Amino acid sequence: MLHYDIVIVGGGPAGLAAAVSAKEHGVESILVLERDQELGGILNQCIHNGFGLHTFQEELTGPEYAGRFIEQAEKAQVAYKLNTMVLEISKDKVVTVMNGKEGMFEIQASAVILAMGCRERARGALNIPGYRPAGIYSAGTAQRLVNMEGFLPGRQVVILGSGDIGLIMARRMTLEGAKVHVVAELLPYSGGLKRNLVQCLDDFNIPLKLSHTVVDIDGKDRVKGVTIAKVDEGRKPISGTETYYPCDTLLLSCGLIPENELSQSLGVELNPVTSGPFVNECFETNVEGVFACGNVLHVHDLVDFVSKEAASAGKHAAAYVKYKGKHPAVVSKDIPIVPESGVRYTVPKTINPDRMDEKHTIRFRVDKVYKNCYISVYLGKERIIYKKRPIAAPGEMEEVIFHKELFQAVPDLSKITIKIEEA
Amino acid sequence: MYDVIIIGAGISGCACARELSRYKLSICVLEKEEDVCCGTTKANSAIVHAGFDAACGTLMAKLNVKGNQDMEELSKELDFSFKRNGSLVVCLHEEEMPDLEALYQRGIQNGVKGLRMIDKAELVKLEPHISDDAVAALYAPTSGIVCPFGMNIAYAENAAANGVQFQFETEVAGIRRQDGNWIVKTNQGEFEGRFVVNAAGVYADTIHNMVSTKKLHITPRRGDYCLLDRSVEGFVTHTIFQLPGKYGKGVLVTPTIHGNTLVGPTAVDIEDREGTNTTQEGLEELLEKAGRTVKGLPIRQVITSFAGLRAHEDGHEFVIGEVEGAEGFIDCAGIESPGLTSAPAIGTMVAGIVKELAHAEENPDFIGTRKGMLDPKTLSMEERTALIKAKPAYGNIVCRCEMVSEGEVIDAINRPLGAKSLDGVKRRTRAGMGRCQAGFCSPRTIEILARERGVHPSEITKSGKESKIIVGVNKDAL
Repeated sequence: MLHYDIVIVGGGPAGLAAAVSAKEHGVESILVLERDQELGGILNQCIHNGFGLHTFQEELTGPEYAGRFIEQAEKAQVAYKLNTMVLEISKDKVVTVMNGKEGMFEIQASAVILAMGCRERARGALNIPGYRPAGIYSAGTAQRLVNMEGFLPGRQVVILGSGDIGLIMARRMTLEGAKVHVVAELLPYSGGLKRNLVQCLDDFNIPLKLSHTVVDIDGKDRVKGVTIAKVDEGRKPISGTETYYPCDTLLLSCGLIPENELSQSLGVELNPVTSGPFVNECFETNVEGVFACGNVLHVHDLVDFVSKEAASAGKHAAAYVKYKGKHPAVVSKDIPIVPESGVRYTVPKTINPDRMDEKHTIRFRVDKVYKNCYISVYLGKERIIYKKRPIAAPGEMEEVIFHKELFQAVPDLSKITIKIEEA
Repeated sequence: MYDVIIIGAGISGCACARELSRYKLSICVLEKEEDVCCGTTKANSAIVHAGFDAACGTLMAKLNVKGNQDMEELSKELDFSFKRNGSLVVCLHEEEMPDLEALYQRGIQNGVKGLRMIDKAELVKLEPHISDDAVAALYAPTSGIVCPFGMNIAYAENAAANGVQFQFETEVAGIRRQDGNWIVKTNQGEFEGRFVVNAAGVYADTIHNMVSTKKLHITPRRGDYCLLDRSVEGFVTHTIFQLPGKYGKGVLVTPTIHGNTLVGPTAVDIEDREGTNTTQEGLEELLEKAGRTVKGLPIRQVITSFAGLRAHEDGHEFVIGEVEGAEGFIDCAGIESPGLTSAPAIGTMVAGIVKELAHAEENPDFIGTRKGMLDPKTLSMEERTALIKAKPAYGNIVCRCEMVSEGEVIDAINRPLGAKSLDGVKRRTRAGMGRCQAGFCSPRTIEILARERGVHPSEITKSGKESKIIVGVNKDAL
């Protein structure tokens, strides 16, 4: 059987950054498994710009951003296999893979980094009633057809959901000659980045209807129209508020779901809030030697943060290989980080003061839009961080930074609490 | 000129076609859609009923029990998926126990084997997620689950292998008698036949009424369903019905042959024979009713919902036989539940009628078996590698949710009566049937369909007719 110290599942931005970082931290034997025909993952279809402002202080397109990391991986001579599907990972880290060249075979890994990304929530999961004609696409599918194949999936478009891909596709479809009539959003706020709302909707006069949803889809062969209605606070459609939009296309941008079917089969415990694994500050899951990063861990707004997290995961996977799972510095226990009022979850879920870097970024999302609030962190009763935020919204990931010395001052800490406090 | 024209390529039409191909007859199947299995057969509970439901002495009861008995052997002959998982009719109210007992007695009378009343303790052991309100259940071990697409396609492919012709996108507009034959007028010209078999599903009354003054009336009865992801496989292992009674009819919760969990159907009589739209009320009703028989249904795992139409005839009975005053015109109408179960028996019965009338001889070249599509998942690692080395396409995964390879998609397209559309590929391979609902694989499947069929990708449809997926190229309107 083939053996690698680190097998990385997924050659998108997370997998590549993890690979490069693991290599930098001394592990030579690394294999990246990519199911597509090229490295880069979903970035390859994200031809708009705005990537890399944090990492490279430049506005790159998706393929350019991916290109930078592919270059680094090539330079570091990271081994990879393309068109290769991981079918299964066993609890003892035997990875079963398949491709058209070599057939089906097994690879023994010492450590595994999960970097499979996410998928879009489909119409079925949204339970939108109506017919099931052609012309209903998840926004990412439409993005692939337009940006990679050059095909127009429709001309008269309604978009449900104001996630970033939906917003980006509103602009893209417009630029390619389609008419986008409206973007409807079930929630009273958008799930997308502010800059996308401005640049993709406002600049093209595309209306955004908050607290609205699709209540019916018309057309038996191809979409003929959709009915949109206002929803109440319980997200139930309000009778009498229906508007019919004639159109031939409905794009759905209603959330992304980390693709953790493989992770579950190998016993990785998932956080029901994110649908991604619970991890410690090393990005290690409950299964020893199995790490997770990128959108398979939690869905990000910015790829820059994916790269950062993934690099950290790669570094810790390298340490795991080096120390054979027994980190010499660890004496004390992992401290749970508990999300409270307003904070939906945190990544990581626990932190170990002995093992952590000098500082560690904790990322999370809030549960609704807050104005002039504070992000507070408590060690027991003591508030150690009180960070003012003029605005905090679920569509923009939040972060706080923990410094190692904070914990060294408080031994036997049982938990760390993060919450939103309104002024 | 054909000996037999069959109208409809659903399960009934294709079962009739296959059974008729045992005889020296020239046969043609006319289908208004682009593929087989596009009407009632494609959207139902996919249950092989035991046979205790239908009233004693009815044709429905007889063919149900017979079809159930024949299913296992047929599934082997024609190589489609079938499993006897057993069903449970759950009684939720003590005072309804006599009704459960009556159902048991009816089953016995209908000739259902192995029926047994079970108490709550045994029920909970069989189905840990059964509702706390459950009192007892009727257990039918002969009940099963089947892949309706697989079964329909198997029948059609075997019929085709035995010389039956299929005409798709051929919609019947009228039928007349001329020189002792039937002339079937369609959008694709006229077809002449000595015999006509009317297996037109929800349109069987329309077709019947073209030749008979004794009118038939069929009501499309819509049923909404929700399908749950395979990730919750094993939530239930038996088909669970609620005992119908004064508290309503309930919905069933069942595993599918592929490991999904299916909840449904509702029952709404409608006018529109193409009215396969789900409704908000329907979907809400489903989940409420499912909650009566099982607890903790993981509704977050719903991956799709759909609606199907049952061809409900006013008398709630299968109408099978030569139509009075229309010599050589055979109805196969009112085929609603347990129609799928009964299909093997329906096919045999109709073939028997036509054979008698036509004085047909047996076809010595009849091939009774058919080999289904290759499923690489059933192979060992070594076998799969050998397959991939010979044909690399079997190593390229197209549908990541159901792990379907390019090789399988190509097979589905190039088989006799092969797939022409995304839905055609889906029904044959399961590509697009999974949790992402074709989000990832459809661009790839379109590309493969276009390549294999030698057409431009813009010609590829979801399900024939106007269901185009691509409407143009970027900036073509600017």
